[in-house]
Amino acid sequence: MTKKQHDTPNLDQLESGPWPSFVTGFKRLAQDKPMMADLLGQLEHSYQNIKGYWKGGTVTVRGYGGGIIPRFSEVADKFPESSEFHTLRVMPAPGMHYDTELLRALCDVWDEHGSGLLALHGQSGDMMFQGCKSENIQAAFDAINELGFDLGGAGPSVRTSMSCVGAARCEHSCFNEAVAHRQVMNSFTDDLHRPALPYKFKFKFSGCPNDCMNSIQRSDMAVIGTWRDDIRIKQDEVRKFVMDKGRDYVQENVISRCPTQCMKLTKDDTLEIDNSNCVRCMHCINVMTKALSPGLDRGVTILVGGKRTLKIGDLFGTVLVPFRKLETQQDYEELVELAETIIDFWAENGLEHERLGETIERIGLTNFLEGIGVEVEPAMVAQPRSNSYARMDAWEEEAEKWRKRQAGKQGA
Amino acid sequence: MSDQYREAVESGVPDPFQYMHPVMRRNYGQWDWHERCRPGVLHHRSVNGDSIWTVRAGTQRQMDTGTIRKLCAIADEYGESHVRFTIRSNIEFMVSDEARVVPLIDKLNDEGFPVGGTGNSVSMISHTQGFLHCDIPATDASGVVKALMDELYEEFVNERMPNRVHISTSCCQINCGGQADIAINIQHTKPPMINHDLVANICERPSVVARCPVAAIRPAIVNGKPSLEVDERKCICCGACYPPCPPMQINDPVNSKLAIWIGGKNSNARSKPSFMKLVAAGLPNKPPRWPEVSALVKKILKCYQEDARDWERVGEWVERIGWPRFFEKTGLPFTRFHVDNWKGAKYTLNHSTHIRF
Repeated sequence: MTKKQHDTPNLDQLESGPWPSFVTGFKRLAQDKPMMADLLGQLEHSYQNIKGYWKGGTVTVRGYGGGIIPRFSEVADKFPESSEFHTLRVMPAPGMHYDTELLRALCDVWDEHGSGLLALHGQSGDMMFQGCKSENIQAAFDAINELGFDLGGAGPSVRTSMSCVGAARCEHSCFNEAVAHRQVMNSFTDDLHRPALPYKFKFKFSGCPNDCMNSIQRSDMAVIGTWRDDIRIKQDEVRKFVMDKGRDYVQENVISRCPTQCMKLTKDDTLEIDNSNCVRCMHCINVMTKALSPGLDRGVTILVGGKRTLKIGDLFGTVLVPFRKLETQQDYEELVELAETIIDFWAENGLEHERLGETIERIGLTNFLEGIGVEVEPAMVAQPRSNSYARMDAWEEEAEKWRKRQAGKQGA
Repeated sequence: MSDQYREAVESGVPDPFQYMHPVMRRNYGQWDWHERCRPGVLHHRSVNGDSIWTVRAGTQRQMDTGTIRKLCAIADEYGESHVRFTIRSNIEFMVSDEARVVPLIDKLNDEGFPVGGTGNSVSMISHTQGFLHCDIPATDASGVVKALMDELYEEFVNERMPNRVHISTSCCQINCGGQADIAINIQHTKPPMINHDLVANICERPSVVARCPVAAIRPAIVNGKPSLEVDERKCICCGACYPPCPPMQINDPVNSKLAIWIGGKNSNARSKPSFMKLVAAGLPNKPPRWPEVSALVKKILKCYQEDARDWERVGEWVERIGWPRFFEKTGLPFTRFHVDNWKGAKYTLNHSTHIRF
């Protein structure tokens, strides 16, 4: 039975042009799904009036509090079939890998229980199963859950994480992103499914400082791969690169772009790098993919507090841990423990609707560090303070702590 | 059974290795180098001598199951049945046999999926939900992106920009689209219109008051009912009050405009990560194709393409030539709204005699 289709003169104009059209796909679904026919009607209505018509509400699955984005239409009188159009956020595997058997199984579930509209992927990193009636939510979730997938985060909770393709297909990868991602996230399933934090909390995992997951700007806790030893150089590949591109190209696009000017192209077309001055920016490695690679003493830098505008303006994540290894089971456990300490502190001290970065901004980094038991390090700042308005009568005590830590490092 | 509750398996994030291409699984953590053979194609070589080719194609992100099944059929017949998605909603087909690359590209093109988005191209636009699914949108997302990608198609399938270009769109000022080389974001220009009859029943007033970044909202009795009022001289029209209090309608078909921001950069390559900066506002929110927006994005891209050096991202290019020259080259007006007056604004002013003439 074909449902009567609404006229969609505005949306029709988005079917032309070379880029794949979502409208064409929606229209295909609308042939069999009355819900999608009315959804198209409401979307056209929005285009005509330049106004949105969805309201939130409370819809969840048994035992969970979050993971569903409820949507009730304000114009259900005109478009009754899409009066409920909820989304299930479902966490994909780290790196968003699929085989076709899995994708088809997910499509089967969604053709049976939902609208057939699937966004791969939302900005949160979830598969977005969009368009489900309240009465079908539990069955849709059960079927997805049977395939081995679980709901993602929504509301004031730990949110779905993202990690780059990483070690699966990238030579820049400096740690096992997939294992770290799972180990951390699967330690917080309770905080993920049952929203009870001051606000959202996001983890992101990028295998190298190229930060393909945008973790510094978009996550409360960013785990980014890096290395401590020397960049690996294949000098024969350097010579080939110079022969191919010319010395001028290398000078202009590699040597002079180094942010710390720590590279030199020698007379015999090899590279010299002052590794003690390298800040691991990745540029030279990105340009000379065959000749240069990250070193082998690898680990991660951890930054905290990144977020977008609301409420005090955009914040970058800032360095909390300049370097730590992430190889053994104990290393992973310590990463989870650090995350737990941070989240516990923030849950105690954060205001309602305050992201971690805002809490840190409000109380100051040093108070935050004291709260979570992490010592200051110069790599945490771009520069020391430039104003004198601080009480420093505990200077000698603090200096002594530093001296002791330095002595401890030398002794180790 | 039907009246028995099935208990959720709180399985969390699934293991990716079960879905990964076998060559990727076998060479996990052992990749040596990569090269870009042509736009849309990556070739990775492992230290074990294995190779894998990746063919990247654009999608509409909001896909019907028919489209996903079509992509699966392509992956089974022309690929090796393993795919993955990028953060920008591109699909990647991985093959271990180089001979499959060209037929796979041809098939994707035949089926209307553009192959590209690698290297110095303009990749797919990361975007939000808009009218389709958001409860607070002032504009659409998928439609804006479709309209723009139609215009930028050639820049997706070619690699002829100085460096990669990431674009994002956001349909409210929360900016879920994220930082980008070029971002197209809603900028409201009028304070919320309050329906005082509904506030008391719908909104938790203290948390709405707390939500305002400039403390412009205060409790009030209006027409004998508890409500909220906005000091319109203080209000910055950000819309932060609207999600917790829907009777404070911020969206306005005429006065919710679009603004363009440039120079956001996620990567640590060369310069440190940076936030994007306002370059233009007041653009009309005009479905279904938002022509003024795409014209301006294309103009900025053209200036960047002509003037930037290899490897310079949009923000790095402007840092080198200076903001006065950017406004000169693009012909965009520089207004008092470009001068920041939020926290930390003084660090964005020029405290030197460094001026290009």
